[in-house]
Amino acid sequence: MSFEIFVMQVFNGLSLFTILVLMALGLGIVFGLMGVINMAHGELMTLGAYATYLTAKFFSIYLPDLMDYYLIVAILVAFIVTYVFGYALERGFVQWFYKRPLDTLLATWGLSLIMQQSFRSIFGAQEVSLPLTSWLTGAWEPVVGIQLPLNRIFIIGLTILVAACVYLLFFKTRAGLRARAVTQNRAMSSAVGINTDRVDATTFALGSGLAGIAGAVFTMIGSTNPGTGQLYVIDSFIVVVFGGVASLFGTVASGFVIAQAQTTLEYLMSGSMAKVSILLLVILVLYFRPNGLFSSKVRV
Amino acid sequence: MKHFQLSSEPVAHLALALLLIVLLPMSLDSFWLANFGKYIAFAFVAVGVVLVWGYCGILSLGQGIFFGIGGYAMAMFLKLEASAPELPDFMVWSSVESLPLWWEPFHYFTATVAAIFLVPIVIAFPFAYAIFKKRVSGVYFAIVTISLAMTMTVLIIGQQGDTGGANGITDFHTLLGMDVISEESRRVIYFIEIGFLLVITTLAGLLLQTRFGKILIAVRDREDRVRFSGYNTAMFKAFVFTIAAVLSSIGGAMYTLQVGLISPTLVGSVASVEMVIFAAMGGRLSVTGAVIGALMVGLMKSYFSEQFPQTWLFLLGAMFIIVVGFMPDGIAGTIQKILSPKPAKKALL
Repeated sequence: MSFEIFVMQVFNGLSLFTILVLMALGLGIVFGLMGVINMAHGELMTLGAYATYLTAKFFSIYLPDLMDYYLIVAILVAFIVTYVFGYALERGFVQWFYKRPLDTLLATWGLSLIMQQSFRSIFGAQEVSLPLTSWLTGAWEPVVGIQLPLNRIFIIGLTILVAACVYLLFFKTRAGLRARAVTQNRAMSSAVGINTDRVDATTFALGSGLAGIAGAVFTMIGSTNPGTGQLYVIDSFIVVVFGGVASLFGTVASGFVIAQAQTTLEYLMSGSMAKVSILLLVILVLYFRPNGLFSSKVRV
Repeated sequence: MKHFQLSSEPVAHLALALLLIVLLPMSLDSFWLANFGKYIAFAFVAVGVVLVWGYCGILSLGQGIFFGIGGYAMAMFLKLEASAPELPDFMVWSSVESLPLWWEPFHYFTATVAAIFLVPIVIAFPFAYAIFKKRVSGVYFAIVTISLAMTMTVLIIGQQGDTGGANGITDFHTLLGMDVISEESRRVIYFIEIGFLLVITTLAGLLLQTRFGKILIAVRDREDRVRFSGYNTAMFKAFVFTIAAVLSSIGGAMYTLQVGLISPTLVGSVASVEMVIFAAMGGRLSVTGAVIGALMVGLMKSYFSEQFPQTWLFLLGAMFIIVVGFMPDGIAGTIQKILSPKPAKKALL
């Protein structure tokens, strides 16, 4: 493998990594911190993607001059839409299933089927895709022979930004402190005056919002159909479990490892075999470290 | 301590037997009988889910894997018979030169039947024992199994030359020289199938009455206490998981016989989760209920996905939510509640 191919291979791995990380960060918050299995997380991503699509439509009809900048607005719109949806979902649905994790899994699976069919009814079964904005087409060529597509660079930058924001939010703000307190000891947090219900709802909404951003990003590298989310949700769960539940750093690291391993293996063998090897490898690793790669050694 | 077995179960079981042996074959034409044969194939899986999930508290979202093992084993045998002495058609299309070695045993019917029973055991038991020994349980087990189901689909689709890829294996007409399309042989297959099913449901019901059944419930409700009492709970869990795996495999083989097709979509994560709803719908604590659940959901699926294809997923999704949220013991539990003055004790997970 020549150096150029190697660099571009790593770079391709990075862009798969960003989708996985954005999805898995949201899941990591919802599953890792709250212990809620949300199988409809993939559909939240699809919702974000469709929100992006609608924003682009809106711009192309009403603000054609600003079409170049729709993406920035769309990412915000996708986040807000999925955040609000997630908030409503937690209050109206998920909160009734706390303490019954297996039932949560099945109920949210049912929800995901309903959402998929709703997308199909509203947007049609066909894929929708968006034109790439002009300032993101083309590639950056730092050295001759190495071409790094601009949109991928943008996506990676965005992911780093989002990950940094999540970190700051959870570890440097009062709200984050409250969320972590509820995670560690719900009864005690409630006793010292934290409104645990509200913390649950906002945390869940934040996780959903991250899925929305993942959806917006997804429109930049692929086209969206009603079943898009379902393809990613199991992968994201694997990333979260592999990284160690309740460790956001672990989630990011494991997303990186899995995405890099997958793209590298895809280069060496067929795509399906690469996927199979990764999944088996992850399960093997989980066998030896059942709490994930980056778990803290705590007896639960 | 009688609450774990719904007391009206034997009556329901008898009624079910009557329905399957007498009522359905008398009233249905061969098309619908074959359809019911298809639903009953899933009933095998559902009975396994009742044992594993309802009574032992293990949610496996990988039953499709074992369904696929049985289904593919049977399909490979039928395909070899159909295309002998040449290679199966899809191998020719993918320019596979000679029969892969692992296909060879499927020339023989006995080897195929052995594979349907033994391969799931050989795979499920060591896997489950290792996982349960590590005390991976609950949602983690669900995630591991669903990702294995996904792996299996990816593998089958990827190895097109060996497995028929996304199209699956189809186009076979004879079983040991007997024409499987004709009406009479379809009836014979149907009766063989329900014969199997009734034997299995009876055995499952009896199994749950034994001490073993009691230990399963204890493991479900308080695994640590059972472990502290000196039981090797991983062994019990692995054992019951293996039983369910074999049941799924039998179901898969029956499915192939009834439908004349096995494909990766019946193996994957979506199908595997769907298999759980059969048991949940019928009642996760009732073997008979699970069979009824499989028949009902199958019937509704046929009806709605033909008449109103738009609404089927809505309905299925709503079914998941309603059953899990409002009637955790399914139809059987609800009937039981109506019949008996004392409320049936809720399943603890």
